[in-house]
Amino acid sequence: MIKKPARQLGFNGELLLKDALKDIGRHLEQPTRRAFLQRSLSLGGLSLLSGCAVVDESSVENALMKVSRFNDKVQAWLFDPKRLAPTYPDSMITRPFPFNAYYGEDEIREVAEEGYRLEVTGLVADKHAWTLAELRAMPQTDQITRHICVEGWSAIGKWGGVPFASFLRRVGADLNAKYVGFKCADDYYTSIDMPTALHPQTLLTLTYDSQPLPPRYGFPMKLRMPTKLGYKNPKHIQAIFVTNTYPGGYWEDQGYNWFGGS
Amino acid sequence: MTNDSELIHPLWVRITHWVNAVAVVILTMSGWRIYDASPFFPFTIPVQITLGGWLGGAIQWHFAAMWLLLGNGLVYLACNVISGRLWRKFLPWSPRAFVADVLAALKGKLSHADLSHYNMVQRAAYLFVMLDSVLLVLSGLVLWKSVQFPILRELLGGYEAARRVHFLAMAGLVAFAGIHLLMVALVPRTLLAMIRGR
Repeated sequence: MIKKPARQLGFNGELLLKDALKDIGRHLEQPTRRAFLQRSLSLGGLSLLSGCAVVDESSVENALMKVSRFNDKVQAWLFDPKRLAPTYPDSMITRPFPFNAYYGEDEIREVAEEGYRLEVTGLVADKHAWTLAELRAMPQTDQITRHICVEGWSAIGKWGGVPFASFLRRVGADLNAKYVGFKCADDYYTSIDMPTALHPQTLLTLTYDSQPLPPRYGFPMKLRMPTKLGYKNPKHIQAIFVTNTYPGGYWEDQGYNWFGGS
Repeated sequence: MTNDSELIHPLWVRITHWVNAVAVVILTMSGWRIYDASPFFPFTIPVQITLGGWLGGAIQWHFAAMWLLLGNGLVYLACNVISGRLWRKFLPWSPRAFVADVLAALKGKLSHADLSHYNMVQRAAYLFVMLDSVLLVLSGLVLWKSVQFPILRELLGGYEAARRVHFLAMAGLVAFAGIHLLMVALVPRTLLAMIRGR
């Protein structure tokens, strides 16, 4: 399980304050990230490559990040908007489905249904905030698909909710925009490309195994994409925004590949 | 013609050999770090011999070096096929001659006088490592893009099976490299030949 000790800044309901905290968090992360890279460079892998002991660490970091951006483009090119991830029978569901987040199970956020509103902003026609009842009133579907974690393990689960493409059309999103970003009640944030957002299996998920999504799987809602790795699937979503400005993500800003496709 | 003046390894073989060696070292060491994030055998790889420092770093190394392995491997195979070297050097291969050469090797009677000629054991090892590398690339593609390559995924038995295939193919490659390095240590002029060409 991925756990991140840094960045225990707590949650505050006010978005402005949260954003400010997030920025601080990002700065706090830098030393950790440096330490990671220093460790990776001290392994001799690089002196093997360059034949010398002293290597400009940030230039290697930049080169690897550039390849990662290139890999984003290759994945966008490989991505077939009509190709479906395999689906499975009920009997193959992994029980219990593993919990995974950047924090431990003892820190799972409990979001109250009362007063919950999903904010929708950016390049959309209808910016009204959604209640859960409104979302449940939209046509629902469910799917049993494989969740693949960046760590390598995978598990099969059953998710239900609103096809994200119908939701985006309903709010009049600019479907030619590049990105859809997510801000979450657990201070997680991520973003995806529009073709994946419109993929038929991308689901604004309200249920797990036909029950309301429990807090451990991201109540009140998560975005479920069987075409992307686990860290691209945000839980406890509070705000969705459509934009042409690259929004990054919690793990992506630390070096995980942004496209994260499968 | 003497062995000293004749070119054993043309320049393209030497370049692709060393580029491949660098790619394989990076891919193997970073791959071990990725394996450690979620091991499926009852062991992990000691972190000191892995590359990347953390999972994200290891993945960046792995997914950069994969292009090196793939591009270099395609150049190597293309040159090998077009020049006819693949058939000249590695084929024919017969199981009977292979057994005879293994027995000769065990008795210390296998000659290394002519480095440009591969015996049946060498042919088997080099053909194995070529096929194994192809398997590594294909199983790696399934792990990277299991949804986008459905036929390949099903051929390998699904995503989870592909993880094992990728690991075992890595183990095969590492075993080859170990024996390869041992042989180089026993016949050091093969190293010179791979650098100077003669």
